Formats: sequence, structure tokens, C-alpha cells
Amino acid sequence: MSIRFDILWNYKDLFIRGIWITLGLTIVGYTCGVLLGLLFGLGRLSKKKWVHYPCKWYIDFFRGTPLLVQILLIHLAVIPTIFGHSLGFFVSGAIALMLNCSAYSAEIFRAGIQSLDKGQMEAARSLGMPHGLAMKQIILPQAFRRMVPPLGNELIALLKDSSLVTVIAATDILYAAKVVAGASFRVWEPYILAAILYLMLTWVCTKIIAYVEKRFSTSYVPSKRPKAFSFSRTISDGR
Amino acid sequence: MIKVEGLVKSYGELEVLKGIDYEVKEKEVICVIGASGSGKSTFLRCINLLEEITDGSVYIEDVKVNDPKTDINQIRTDVGMVFQQFNLFPHMNVLSNITISPIKIRKMPEKEAEELAYELLKKVGLSDKAMNYPEQLSGGQMQRVAIARALAMKPKVMLFDEPTSALDPEMVKEVLDVMKQLAKEGMTMIVVTHEMGFAREVADRVVFIDGGYLVEEGTPEEIFSNPKNERTKAFLGKIL
Repeated sequence: MSIRFDILWNYKDLFIRGIWITLGLTIVGYTCGVLLGLLFGLGRLSKKKWVHYPCKWYIDFFRGTPLLVQILLIHLAVIPTIFGHSLGFFVSGAIALMLNCSAYSAEIFRAGIQSLDKGQMEAARSLGMPHGLAMKQIILPQAFRRMVPPLGNELIALLKDSSLVTVIAATDILYAAKVVAGASFRVWEPYILAAILYLMLTWVCTKIIAYVEKRFSTSYVPSKRPKAFSFSRTISDGR
Repeated sequence: MIKVEGLVKSYGELEVLKGIDYEVKEKEVICVIGASGSGKSTFLRCINLLEEITDGSVYIEDVKVNDPKTDINQIRTDVGMVFQQFNLFPHMNVLSNITISPIKIRKMPEKEAEELAYELLKKVGLSDKAMNYPEQLSGGQMQRVAIARALAMKPKVMLFDEPTSALDPEMVKEVLDVMKQLAKEGMTMIVVTHEMGFAREVADRVVFIDGGYLVEEGTPEEIFSNPKNERTKAFLGKIL
């Protein structure tokens, strides 16, 4: 058996399209998912039972069932029932990833908020701030910094999990590899290429996350923060 | 000005305050003393409803604080509070720590709020720290900023919850001096403290709380030199 990567060249358009689909699904799913997750996370922290419990059930459901099952349910059952016909793999895939991501990020938001010293909320309330204002001005800006690392992990996990949309014939990276494997009767080359492409995408994400983490996880004092693109490894210590 | 009637606070089975009655008049400085776990901080925190009141009532200027119809946020703007752990907002500089509540709640123009902040910083002796962040300040400086932050709402009463207990000894005086200044200016103050020297010098009345009961109250002279209750005597005997 000889490995021949040159045969993949004929299918390059398929893979390039796959990269865009994977990226698109991940970005849409992640962005909407995180925003939705903030709502569910705050809802879960609510003292009102009729807000708390639905949010908790929602989170439990989407964390407790496989993403693969969610994708199939949404694509084959939920959307056709609501709209009468399929809206295509992209809509179904993006919605499934969004809902799944929102459940995980809701827990990240909840943990981030709960990890703050409760004196912060008390101080804000003692000044007369209503709960929502205190949350927005005092709690969330601080909690967000603690959420950067876990939210970064969630992005990478979601990028990889997006490969599951292949089952609804979404033309992502993995789908391209499967098609090529079927057409050329070769397995090593297409799947290794798929692995490399995923690795490259997650590598880029890791770099972005590392940068955001560096910006937000250090001091609150602006002058002590690392510069946007600093080539020196040490932070200026005033000497 | 502040009236506390039959105040009871319990956490489940544990009853921390067992029925406290007290009245604070305008411009009075009250020092609350007592052992750790006696309920003195809880008493203070019930006044601005940071703790839910189990039974009894608290009135501030004849408005019942623990009435569901009372807008508690409105009440709290008139009641400043200073915490043992300062609780400054670490993501804002000193100036914003002070201006955020006048701007967001009182709808004060930014310019005016900043002028007020500088005036208050001058008062607590920290004019040069306006642009610093809390993490760049010492404990004593943080607590003085916290006092300025509370004063920015122009409160009618100030509550101090062991304001010097978390400070290094050499920083206690700078905070107490600011509080003395406030007292001199006629601010109504309730101070939970272990600083007996401060209580003796500044307080109009001293309240001794023990085991959830208000055991004894009187002028500093009465409490420190001639305590009547056995428990007060025992407590003071241990610390003086």
C-alpha cells in the first residue's frame, strides 16, 4: 500500500467548501449559543422558581443527551414539524450546535458569577443599585474574566463536535473526507487530511483564546496589561 | 430616625437575633460592641435589608423597611454602608468606584459626579489616587475610598460593619480619623466595632449585644466605666 496525497488535489474544492461549512456552523453556533447561554445561566441563578426550573431543565436536557441525537431530532423531527419541510442542513446544524453550546455556556456563566465574592453584589445593592444594574455594571464585567478559559474550551469542543453534522449530510470537512473515501476507495489520505484540517482550525482558535486570556486574566490596571502585540515575554515592571 | 422593633433574624433553626428594640436619633453616633457571633453584624445588615428580616420591623424616617411595598433600592440610597472587606469594585478606578452610583442611580451628570468625587477624595485624604485601581491601594486607603463611595450618594445614615477589623494595625488610625471627622460633621452613624478607644471617644451611645439580645446600652461613660449587666462586665473584662 502506498500513500498518495496527490489524488486529494482533485477534490480540493470539496475540502475548501468543507472548511467554510465547519467554520460557519461553529461561529454561528458558538456566538448565538454563548449569548443564549448567558440568558439561561442568569435564569438558572434566578430566585423565581418559574424562571429557575425551566432553565435548569433545559440545561440538564441538552447536557444530558448526546449532540448526535439532538442534531437528528432537530433536523428530522422538530424543524419539519414546525415549518412543514426541511430548512437545509446548515440551519438544522447551526440550531443544534447553538442549543447544545448554550447549555454548556450557561453553566460556565453560572459558575463564573457564583465564584465572585458575594460582597461585590452586597456593596452594589447597598449603594441602591437594582439587581439588574448591579449585575451588568459590577458582576458580569468581573465574572467574564473568569469565564474566558472555560468559554475558550467550549469553542474548541464545539468546533470538533460540529463534525457530527455529517449525519444530516452537511458538507463539512468530515463529509468531504467521507465522499472522497467512497469515490477513490482510499481511507488513509482523506481522513488524515480531515484530521489535519481540524487540527489547523483548533490551533488557530487556541491562539486566539490565548491572546484573549492574556488580555483579560492579568491585572485590572490598564498600564499593567500586556500590549496588544507584544514580542517581549515579560510584562513591564516599571524598571 | 431609625427605629428597630422586636427584630428577629433566624437562619433556619438558628436564631441569631432574638428580638431587639432600639431607636437611633438624628446625628447620633452609635457604637455596637459584642463578641464574635453575638449577632451585631447581622443587626446592622438587617437595617438596610442585606439580611431578610424574619420578624419585627425596622423603620427609617418612619418608612417601614421590611414592607413589601417599600422600594428597598430607594431606601438604600439614603443608607451608606462600609464593609469589613471594603468591597471596592476591582475593575474600576477609584474615581469610577465613587461616581458610578450617583451617575447610574441619581442620574447626576458625569461632570458633576466627578467634581463630587474629587471633593470626597480630598475629604478622605486621597486626592492623588483618583486614577488608581483598588489593587494599587493599601487596605487603609481602600477603606477610605469605600467611605467616599458611600458618601457619594449623600446618605442620611452611615452603617459601618467592623470597618477596621481587616486592616493592618498601622492603618487603623487613618480610617478612624475619617470616621471621627464624619461624626463631627453631624452624620448619623451606626458602627459595629472592636475599637473600644474609638467607641469611648466618638460614640454618643454604646450598645452591647450578646447572644442575640441587646443586653445593655448607655453613654460610653456608663458602659465602659460602670457597666451594670454581668455579661457586659465579663465581656469588657476580657478585652479592656
